[in-house]
Amino acid sequence: MQTWPPDLVPIYRDQIGRIVATLIRTLGDFDLAEEIAHDAFIAAMEQWPARGTPENPAGWLVQTARHKAIDEVRRRQNLRKKLREEEIVAAIETSFAPPDEEATLEDDRLRLMFTCCHPAIALDAQVALTLRTIGGLTTEEIARAFLVPAATMGQRIVRAKAKIAGAKIPYRVPPIELLPERASAVLAVIYLVFTEGYAATEGDDLIRHELCAEAIRLARLVRALLPSTSEAVGLLALLLLTDARRAARTSETGDVVLLEDQDRSRWDKAEIDEGLTLVVDALRASAGAPGAYAVQAAIAACHARAADPKDTDWRQIVGLYAVLLRIHPSPVIALNQAVAVAMAFGPEQGLAALEPLEKSGDLERYHLFHSAKADLLRRLGRFSAAREAYARAIEVVGSEPERRFLAARLAAVEEAWKRS
Amino acid sequence: MQYLLLIYEDEKASNSMSEAAQGQLFQDYMKFTADIKASGHWLAGEALQPISTATSVRVRDGKSLTTDGPFAETREQLGGFYMVEAKDLDEAMSIAARIPTAKTGTIEVRPIMAFG
Repeated sequence: MQTWPPDLVPIYRDQIGRIVATLIRTLGDFDLAEEIAHDAFIAAMEQWPARGTPENPAGWLVQTARHKAIDEVRRRQNLRKKLREEEIVAAIETSFAPPDEEATLEDDRLRLMFTCCHPAIALDAQVALTLRTIGGLTTEEIARAFLVPAATMGQRIVRAKAKIAGAKIPYRVPPIELLPERASAVLAVIYLVFTEGYAATEGDDLIRHELCAEAIRLARLVRALLPSTSEAVGLLALLLLTDARRAARTSETGDVVLLEDQDRSRWDKAEIDEGLTLVVDALRASAGAPGAYAVQAAIAACHARAADPKDTDWRQIVGLYAVLLRIHPSPVIALNQAVAVAMAFGPEQGLAALEPLEKSGDLERYHLFHSAKADLLRRLGRFSAAREAYARAIEVVGSEPERRFLAARLAAVEEAWKRS
Repeated sequence: MQYLLLIYEDEKASNSMSEAAQGQLFQDYMKFTADIKASGHWLAGEALQPISTATSVRVRDGKSLTTDGPFAETREQLGGFYMVEAKDLDEAMSIAARIPTAKTGTIEVRPIMAFG
């Protein structure tokens, strides 16, 4: 892709998914569809530099793919000596709607997304297939992002495509009775793509950024296609509000910067504005029963709205975590709620909220539990107990920047303890 | 498109069912089979005798090796099957979900290979 004219790259990212999606619907063959779509881009690469970029580049690509598809079908028909060619050519002609009939093309992409995220395909393969066919990422790029060898990733994709064809996984938007379950699988894949790009601390930074951008693009697409699905809107809001903090969340030396210490002027204002509007839409569309993405987005919105950490509406955050716990009972969410309780009502209350979690033992090996406890003890001036909790956090922490962060906190507490 | 729906269940658990529960299960299977025959999905279907009747045969270097018991010792055993006609995997999955044993065991959905 390095040899491509630069103006073609954004068009590729934008158009490859929809061209492939339409070709799959017409030809019923993933590999052939990808091959023809790529042929169309290669034709662009060869012809545009000499003849100039066409006025409507997307339209040109769709036209070229259409002709190539017709040629291919004609060639195959000759091989099979069947005489239904006119029918198939007619089907291709009508399926490649003129560019003004955008709706058909978008439906194709949605159909493809539901096929790629079918529950009969393993989750890691769903993610890979979605990024490959709809996102237009290469197998090598996906492999690098997920830190697996390219051959492994290639195998994963090949196997998933073979299953789609072999088991006849349908290419369609699921009927209404399956839609909630299937739509949530699509959203889960997008969420996974985003967190893979956002949360991990190892791997190629550029590719990781690309994953976040791709997840947001896919979330935009699904939201546009399912505008009345509250969780589709909520997910897009959540991703935007989280991504807005990207620049501020690590220091120049690559160290973790806590939410309360972040330079909020470096948050992305445009993403926050869009996210805040979408949160309201998502909650409105939820008819009083918001899902996990909408609630998480609402929590992110509480942070985004606060120009200064001390303006944060922690009481509302405590309430939102209670809603989230009802949807998804989980010790990690309970921990987050306990931290919010400490911010809203004081460290003593926060410690009390941590007690049942400590008794359950669920988070014994989770460093953020121990560091949260240590932080509350430190604020209460109980330095000796804080020291023990930081030491325990360091024992179980996984990533190096986080270890450095905890070690610095431990040193500060030890200093305070000696002085007291 | 044809699919084989393989019905796996924990034989011990089904042996320890009460007579009334077994009677109910039998009724449920009769009804399910009648339903998929009426809807045109049914191609074939049988229940199998318990794994205590199973024999596994292997031929290696021309020699036949016969062992008592099923091919693999697993928690759930193959207890029966249906062969159905369905338009795609979604339809086959929805038929599989209606098999009475789906509530307690596992239904494996396998597309049948088409040659030529």
